[in-house]
Parts: sequence; C-alpha cells; structure tokens
Amino acid sequence: MKFTWFNLMPWPYLPDDFREKHHSVWVDIDQKLFDPVKSHEVYNTYMDLLEYAGTLGFDGIGVNEHHQNGYGIMPSPNIIAAGLARRTKDAAIVVLGNSIALYNPPIRVAEEFAMLDCISGGRLVAGFPVGTSMDTNFCYGQIPALTREKYAEAHEMIIKAWTTREPFAFNGRYNKLRHVNIWPRPIQQPHPPIHIPGGGSVETYDFCIDNTYSYSYLSFTGYIRAQALMNGYWKRVEERGAPDKSPYRAGFAQTICVAETDEEAERLYWPHLNYFYNRCLHVYPGFADAPGYRTIKTIQTGALSQYAPPRGGFAELTWKDLIEGGHVIAGSPETVRQRMEDLIKGLHVGNIFCLMHVGNMPTDKCMYSTKLFADKVMPKLRNMFPEWAEDSRFWCHPIENRVTAGSLGPAVTTAPGAAPRQPVPAE
Amino acid sequence: MESKTVQTRHAPIRYLEGGSGEPLVFLHGAGGMTPDDPLLKELTSRFHVYAPFIPGYGETEECGTLRDMLDFALHGWDVVEALGLKNPILVGHSMGGMIAAEMAALAPNDVSRLALICPAGLWLDDHPIVDMFSLLPFEMPGYLFHDPAAGAAMMTAGMNFDDPKFLQDYLIRNARQLGMAGKLLFPIPERGLAERLYRVKAKTVIVWGESDKLIPPIYGPAFQAAIAGSSLVNVPEAGHMIIAEQPAAVLKAVEAVA
Repeated sequence: MKFTWFNLMPWPYLPDDFREKHHSVWVDIDQKLFDPVKSHEVYNTYMDLLEYAGTLGFDGIGVNEHHQNGYGIMPSPNIIAAGLARRTKDAAIVVLGNSIALYNPPIRVAEEFAMLDCISGGRLVAGFPVGTSMDTNFCYGQIPALTREKYAEAHEMIIKAWTTREPFAFNGRYNKLRHVNIWPRPIQQPHPPIHIPGGGSVETYDFCIDNTYSYSYLSFTGYIRAQALMNGYWKRVEERGAPDKSPYRAGFAQTICVAETDEEAERLYWPHLNYFYNRCLHVYPGFADAPGYRTIKTIQTGALSQYAPPRGGFAELTWKDLIEGGHVIAGSPETVRQRMEDLIKGLHVGNIFCLMHVGNMPTDKCMYSTKLFADKVMPKLRNMFPEWAEDSRFWCHPIENRVTAGSLGPAVTTAPGAAPRQPVPAE
Repeated sequence: MESKTVQTRHAPIRYLEGGSGEPLVFLHGAGGMTPDDPLLKELTSRFHVYAPFIPGYGETEECGTLRDMLDFALHGWDVVEALGLKNPILVGHSMGGMIAAEMAALAPNDVSRLALICPAGLWLDDHPIVDMFSLLPFEMPGYLFHDPAAGAAMMTAGMNFDDPKFLQDYLIRNARQLGMAGKLLFPIPERGLAERLYRVKAKTVIVWGESDKLIPPIYGPAFQAAIAGSSLVNVPEAGHMIIAEQPAAVLKAVEAVA
C-alpha cells in the first residue's frame, strides 16, 4: 500500500453565512475574503503539516492545483512541492498534479517536474489532470470542446521532451516549438511515475490503461459512492486487455479523521467537517461543467460532475450523513481500520490519498489525527495486497545517496584553496 | 419547411428549406433552431429560405475538425456552395450573425445583402457580455427575452427535468450544441471580427432588440460604425430572442436590404 498525506489547503476563514451570502467558493469567489497577511501563517502551517506527515511514515505527501478557489489556495503546487522537497528526506513528493493543457508551452511542466525530481533525488510522483471545468475553462479560459485535444498534445510533448536525448522539433496544433531540448531532465528513467486524476471519463480510463499510468479518483464523496465508478474502471481494465489488475493501477482520495474513540472523533472533528462539506463545497452549479468539457460518450454513461447539484437540491450534511454515506471515515483507530479495509478491498486500490487536514481544522487536531493514523491504522493496512508487493511501476524510485538540505557547514572566511598562511617567526 | 441533407467536406449538413422568392441563407444562434421558429415562418413568406444546422445542432453531427473562426466561416461558404447558391441574402442571428459577418468579410464580393440580428463577435470592455456558458437553464429567459415569463414558458414547453432520460438527453444536446458554440464564443465571444469588418461590401442591416440583456443594444452602433454604409434598426419590446418575440419587425428589416 502507498499512503499519501494530502492537503487541499482550504482557506480557513470563510464566514458562517458563506453559503447564503456568497455566489460561489470557486471562480468568482469574493476577493475580500482572502487576507494576504493571514495567508502567511496559513501557508506555512499547511507546509509544516505536510512535512510533519513526511516524518511519520507516510509514503508520500501530496499537493494539487486549483485556481480562484476558497478550499484550495494552491494555484501552483510546484512552488509548495519545491519547499517540501527541501525540507523532507524520504517521502515521495506527489504532485497531483499540473493541469498540462494550461501551461504555455507545456514543456514548462516537463522542466519544473524535472527540477522537482532532481532536487528531491528522484522522489517525484507526477500527476497530469485534465483539470476541473472550473479551473480549466472558467478560470483559465480554455475552450471546453478543445481542452482534451490540447491536453493530449501537451502530454505527447512532455513525454517526448522527457525521453528524447537530442533536440527535436514539435509541430503541434496548439504548440509549435522548433527546438525542444529540456535541460534539466528528470532523474527517474524513462520518466517519473504518472498518476492521472479523473472523474469517470471513459477516455481517461483508456488513457491510463494504455500508458501504464495510475488512475486516481479524487472525490470528496467517499468510497461508498465511488464503487460504481471504480467498478467501471476495473471492468475497462479487463476489456482493454491490460496485462494485470494490479491495485496500484488505481488511487483513491478519502477524508479520514482518527481519535481515541468514535465519540471523540465526532466531538473533535465535526466542526471542521461541517465547515468543509457544508461551506467549502459551495460551488455555483453553473461553473460545474462547461458544455463541451465532458465528452458525449462520458455523459451517456451517466457520469456527471461531482460539483453538479444533487437531484432535489443541496441539503446540509450531518455527521451521520457523512459517516454512513462514507464521505468521511472517522472514529477510533479500529473503526477507521475496518472501514479503510472495506475501501481498499472494495475499490481494489493500492494508492490512498489521505485527506487528513479538513476545512478549518486547527493544527493540533490535525497532528493528533495524523499521528494516530500513522501509528495505529496504517501499519495494519500495509499488507493488503501481498501478491503485488513488488509492483513498483506506479511509484517513484529515489536515488540512494541523497543529500541533506541545509548542510553547508560553518561560514567560510578564508579563501578556499589558498595555501595556509605561514606563521610569522615572531608568533 | 422541409428537412434535407447536403454533403460538405466536414459533415453531412441537415438544413431546412421552404418558401419562394430570392434565395436567403439563415444561420441560427447558439440556442439552435427548430422548424417551428417564428422567424423562419416570416422569412419563408417572402424568400426561398435555406437554414442549415451548424455542426452539433439538430441532426447535424458535431465536427471535431471545425475548431476556430476561420474553419466555421469557410464551412459556411462550403454550405452555400453545396446548396448551389450564388450571392444569397445572408442572415444570421447571434452566433449565426457572427459567422455571417465573418463570411461577408472573408468573401466581400460573394455577398451583396447582409442582415445581422443582434450578432455576437465584438467586445466592448465597458459593456461586458454575460458568461452564457455559466448560466443555469432557469437563468436563461431573463437574459434572452423582453418578457422572461413568456420566454420561459416557450423554452420549457414539454420539458420534464425530473425524468432522468429527459435530463440526460438535455445534457447531451446541450453538450453537443454549446460544445461547438464554445469554439467561437467561449470564454469571450470575440475572435477578431472588429479588425476584418472593414472588408464587408454588402448592403447591411443590423437589427437589435431594445431589451436585449445578453448582448446589450450598445453593440448595435459598434457594428454599424464598423461596416460602412450599414443601417441599424432598434426594435422595441424585443430581447435577444427578437426572432421569437418580434419576427415581423425582423422580416421588415431584412426586406429593406433585399
């Protein structure tokens, strides 16, 4: 199993009446709600928490990309990842990911990911999302019906840039570069492992299967609702003639909160789950799915955006709703272990993205929950797929001799390499 | 009107044909077209009307190889050619007006009469056009109609959003239609037309509904200033769906350039 501690980086100061008074948490969120001075502490605390998780035995620490979004203040995950690469030693740096259709030209991603891989000593796990419609279309202006074509071209260019050892010309429809020759290139060969976040597009299933990429379903609605979608993926893996059904071909994001007892979990975490599920996910439905973003084939399978309003309209979710519906796995270590087992077996997933900082959760609660998970839950889930223990295709391969950041030694005050001064006889 | 098909390089194009008189090509807007549209009825009373469905609309399949403004404008001329028409009266509404204007700028010697009905294609920073792609169905009538209540009744006639099959068909139609429209209109319905309108030689009339809240009437004078010798007709008690609310007034304006 691979456990990645993930932080969406929500803005923790959305007002109580946010849902009633504000149009949307995403795209046109009120500028006045962001306080740059407060964000100084928020960013640094969130990065501290990621680094802390890196010391507790999580396999990876994860970041992602959102734009103009009140629950994800990380338009550039690579900036955060660069900081993490310096301050952590062993954890994989999971960037899930860069919306490659948005970078102009996309070799920018090939370059930045190469830098992250080099700085971290080969610890990068790279993600290439198409990006949500909110990010890609409404914030970054990509034409919905052309987004996938542009994404496919960006992917082709990045892989070619990573794997070609001489300058080449790339004559794409959206990118024309006469001299592609990235410098630096990644440590991991032929390139870092790639995870593709998806939301049920059949085209994305095939893309992952054909390229041996891991398919990540990053939902907030939990493992019970995800069953149908993941069944669809595994069915497709079979149909498409993939050589195996390794659980590492898939990943899943799950909100997890651990306490000593189930009751303590409710008492400690409900306010922050309430903040996230009933406040942060207030996305104006008109931004959920620009027409043309989802393919006709995908709509025909019934896959709708997870941001589309539920039939019958939105209702406030209670603790009971969140737990019983599986949106959230919370409780004592034993409760969480049992439900995590259900998740892992049910969805047949080897990569778990643990959403352990939730909404406006304060640092102490987050550390408490994280530590309990690392000490009392994670070790018991390690050996869920012994037959696939050797499958390393979907994880990073760091180099052995990695440097320690910040180990320059004392100040150098004499010219290096100069002959030592001869003592004056009088001394 | 009769529904027929004509082959073009990009796709078999379904079109509606009816009426008699001078040939007139009508290009519909992003909302699409049905054979019962009031303006088609008006136009067929005076002209021989050809109304092609833009790819993605009606029974014309969407087309992945039409990507940008030039593709759509040349495709428009391909349709005219395939229909065997020379110098038809060219009429376009909203997105169709944008395409018609582009066609007239591209081939100024092939079109001598042009009617643009609240066309898209220009952008004034002081008068931003609403983001129609983020509007929910129930919000549409307020932007489209002078009388939103009557417009809503017209738009939702026969619709049942509680029926999952209906909902899925609706979403698919929406994705096909607006997916194609987005290539010209998303995220801002402007593709450089302002720099090409000087080429238009056609006798041109621009028609605008005074209550248009989707593309405000201030865009009328902007088009008029950009097309030499054009005239502008402002129609009261009409919104962006002037073609449904005041079709007779539109016909009258078209007749003036025909």
